[in-house]
Amino acid sequence: MHCIAKPIAKSLSGLIITLLFVSFIIFLVMEAVPGDPAEIILGMSAQPDTLAALRSQLGLDRPFIERYLHWLTGLLSGDLGNSYTYSTSVAQLIVERLHVTLPLTGLAVMLSVLISLPLGVTASAKPNGIVDSFASAFSQIGIALPNFWIGLLLIIGIALTTGWFPAGGFPGWDNGFWPSLKALMLPSIALAIPQAAVLTRVTRAAVIEITNEDFVRTARAKGATPNYVLWHHVLPNALIPVVTMLGMQISVLIAGAILVENVFNLPGMGTLAYQALAQRDFIVIQNVVLFFAVVVIFINFLVDALYNILDPRLRIRR
Amino acid sequence: MIHVNRSILSALAIIGLVTTSGVNAQPRTDLILGMSVEPSGLDPTAAAPVAIAQVVWQNLFEGLVTINKEGEVEPSLAESWSISEDGLTYTFDLRDNVTFQNNKAFTADTAKYTLDKILKSDSINPQKALYTPIKSISAPDPDTLVITLSSPSADLLYWLGFPAAVMIEPSSEQNNATHPIGTGPFLFSNWKKGNQVTLSKYDNYWGEKPKLDKVTFRFISDPQAQAAALSSGGVDAIPQFQAPELTSQFQSDNKFETVIGTTSMEVIAGINNNRKPFNDPRVRQALMMATDRQAIIDATNEGFGTPIGSHFSPSDAGYEDLTNVWPYDPVKAKALLAEAGYPNGFTFTMKMPTLAYAERAAEIMQAYYAMIGVTMKLESSEFPAKWVQDVFKDTNYDMSIVGHAEPMDISIYARHPYYFNYQSTDFDASIAATANTTNEADRLLGYKKSQAILAQDVPALFLYAYPKIGIWKKGLHGMWENLPVPSNDITDAFWSE
Amino acid sequence: MKRIPISLMIGGVITATLVIAAILSQFWTPVDPSQINIMHRLKAPGVEGLLGTDHFGRDSFSMIMAGAWVSLGVAFSAIALGGLAGTIIGVTAACKRGRFEAITMRIVDVLFAFPPVLSAILLAAILGAGATTTIVAIALFMIPVFTRITRSAALQIWARDYIQAACMAGKTNIQITLEHVIPNISSQIIVQVAIQTGLGILTEAGLSFLGLGIAPPTPSWGRMLADSQTYFSLAPHLVYVPGIAICLAVLGLNLLGDGLRDLTDPKRK
Repeated sequence: MHCIAKPIAKSLSGLIITLLFVSFIIFLVMEAVPGDPAEIILGMSAQPDTLAALRSQLGLDRPFIERYLHWLTGLLSGDLGNSYTYSTSVAQLIVERLHVTLPLTGLAVMLSVLISLPLGVTASAKPNGIVDSFASAFSQIGIALPNFWIGLLLIIGIALTTGWFPAGGFPGWDNGFWPSLKALMLPSIALAIPQAAVLTRVTRAAVIEITNEDFVRTARAKGATPNYVLWHHVLPNALIPVVTMLGMQISVLIAGAILVENVFNLPGMGTLAYQALAQRDFIVIQNVVLFFAVVVIFINFLVDALYNILDPRLRIRR
Repeated sequence: MIHVNRSILSALAIIGLVTTSGVNAQPRTDLILGMSVEPSGLDPTAAAPVAIAQVVWQNLFEGLVTINKEGEVEPSLAESWSISEDGLTYTFDLRDNVTFQNNKAFTADTAKYTLDKILKSDSINPQKALYTPIKSISAPDPDTLVITLSSPSADLLYWLGFPAAVMIEPSSEQNNATHPIGTGPFLFSNWKKGNQVTLSKYDNYWGEKPKLDKVTFRFISDPQAQAAALSSGGVDAIPQFQAPELTSQFQSDNKFETVIGTTSMEVIAGINNNRKPFNDPRVRQALMMATDRQAIIDATNEGFGTPIGSHFSPSDAGYEDLTNVWPYDPVKAKALLAEAGYPNGFTFTMKMPTLAYAERAAEIMQAYYAMIGVTMKLESSEFPAKWVQDVFKDTNYDMSIVGHAEPMDISIYARHPYYFNYQSTDFDASIAATANTTNEADRLLGYKKSQAILAQDVPALFLYAYPKIGIWKKGLHGMWENLPVPSNDITDAFWSE
Repeated sequence: MKRIPISLMIGGVITATLVIAAILSQFWTPVDPSQINIMHRLKAPGVEGLLGTDHFGRDSFSMIMAGAWVSLGVAFSAIALGGLAGTIIGVTAACKRGRFEAITMRIVDVLFAFPPVLSAILLAAILGAGATTTIVAIALFMIPVFTRITRSAALQIWARDYIQAACMAGKTNIQITLEHVIPNISSQIIVQVAIQTGLGILTEAGLSFLGLGIAPPTPSWGRMLADSQTYFSLAPHLVYVPGIAICLAVLGLNLLGDGLRDLTDPKRK
């Protein structure tokens, strides 16, 4: 294993540098955003001295570097700071919102895998067959569908006509598991369809490619049943590109979540970022943006690492 | 056999009795309200957004006085008061059986503490300016509060009824943003961020106890989702429904009651009176005549809303309908424009805040001004942050549409500097004279005169008073029809079935 | 002679129709797309205009045409900007290798960490909503996409024998890049341009839907969808029409990209 430990350690240090760089960029961008949180909190009738009092209370009158270092040291000790407007800890706000966004994206990934794997595998069994034609039509159209539009169609077609699922809003997990899950169903379907379309394509191509590889042919020649070959040789290898694609799609998924949360009026991370920006609650925005960036970077890192471990050929090439 | 049957029958009868009595005897005592905007905190003395007052004002927090459904001042924590001849000394007689929701007593000292805090040099009260006529506050005994002014202020009592002047308790004030403690009939129960705030009945309330035990404010920003929540029973009432285009489906549904009222919000197109060609009153008057207020109301609000001719809302005492001063008349408008030296019109930019009602109105106005040869370019400005900076503070704009939600705010045209850059000695004098009046009739007369000056001068295009579309389930009573103050007083609400 | 793939034909026809409609909209539309007609608001397709009217009585068909100009314009400009920058960075990184490659790829990773909707929300706060914001946000996201693709493609070319021969012959790295690398990877870049333009249209629609795109009255498909949200019980066509337009446009560009790939890369089926 030592031969893969070194590149991972190297990319881990690179990861930390990237994250530092990202945090600085985010803080710099916050500086460039016009608008004064004090003015938004106190409204249009506030007097200059009142505004100044609030600014000093929020620590907004400190110099740039001091505020950045304060944020950074806070981050290292797990303290994200206090929201200007909500006056509660940002960490708590983020955790509350993750109770929506995490299950939403998780469900979407699960659904997309559940749709795409069987579809892709079946399609690859008989190229240009009926299933394959359907799969390729599904993936072509699915990729072209904006997820927020799918959301609107689901509201019109399912929520408003059948009433099986709510058209929007989120009751909260402590108001019952099922109502909350129901509230997340349509949004996660909207998020999952374009993802499933992409994954179906990748799965089909990967399975076809691997089926043509020598070791699969050898296994077949030795008399293994097609099912055995599929489960023991083809699928484990085909999963590599599928997982890689999932990792690469993470930022698309986050962007989609922001839009879909908007359509379904869900109190998730995207909604939080949007509201915080409108109120110039910089401390919330910078943490939310950093959080998203960390997720994207970290998942890409994991996929790279996984790739190194799973694919022996790549290891030799390095 | 007969015996057995009888016992089954009697058992059935008892069940029947229990269930029917369960339906008939007790009307519901809980209420779920749908609100458009989630407040960012719950302390109205530390932040301006009206969403705060819409949850806590009168329900959880109370002031010395209050403003009732008709927009009039009424006693609240102060039972009565007297004003000296010169209008400089106010003596309040406070109620003596009032406790805060943390069981601390409300006394003249707490009242003095609250008002002093507004006026302190490091105060962060958003409405501090309104209370600056106050020179000093004293509490000679626990039931008496004396406020001394440096100059008479006819509106002071009204401002004391405002959400920004509610009474707070010193030991709990630190946490009022997240866990507010007031004297009102409902106390804070919990707040699920991004979702809902729940209040429950306060058993030691000094006044008449509310009929509801539990009130939940559920925040639903999307109008379509608001409608869906109402139809599915997710919420019982939406005091300010945001989608006029979806209102008709509830008006025709006999399970719901739909009440159209007005608010204190005047939607106006503010003009930069300093800039050419708007420094010529004839140009402003011409644009006013080129504006079909009813068409704007029809297209943006499905006809809900009241056209206004000055900066005064029909829900305010002293309102006068002045829409006939410059009624819609594109021919006269074009003639007046020619008279002012612009026979071929001119071009200007409308900075639209990113608010649905403003964007829709701007698109309509653009079409109407094109008819008199005036080209209005549209430029989007993020609301509130960028808009406040660009339009409100730097006055870097030609025209901009926005709703002024604060009640009785006609005096903003006498503020210098203010983003209209409007100068009128007549108007300033009229506002000053109104402030100095010491009786209600003179005060209202003063406001009427001020309205007339604005209607004639057109420092801004006066469009309409924002409607209050209230929709709730049949059987719910005691909800307000109009909103003279941005609020949501549900202390009188109850279910009849 | 190669057979023209069917996806290329379908994609080509859809994309051409779209481009023609977009260009045509600058000179002629059935009705002026910003013409307000309150009397004829929320009319169904066929009753008033080919595709009905919106909440101001504007003609949906004309708005879709004008919206095509906006969508394609924004997406093309963003891809042109991001694609050009990304290609230059990717090709240079593959040529220079070493520390330069390490640092640029790190910066590219940083850029990639910001999903386009998120960076657009931030940009809109700084620059204000509008075409520039949308284009810059999409272009920023396209830089890492194109950098990664062109770099790995260029690295493959650099590993070929004839490049080694060219090195021996004394050609400079820049000459090799211009003469051998870029021509050899250009077909891959063209394929990506088609596919990423589709993605650009999707992103533009999403941003306009959130109100971060082009200001009214210029029609935009995403904004039309945002406006339709409260009207779908009264006028469902307002939801269907712009959505179908977006879907068709992206589908066309993707098919075009796939077709081009099949045509230029014989290994792929």
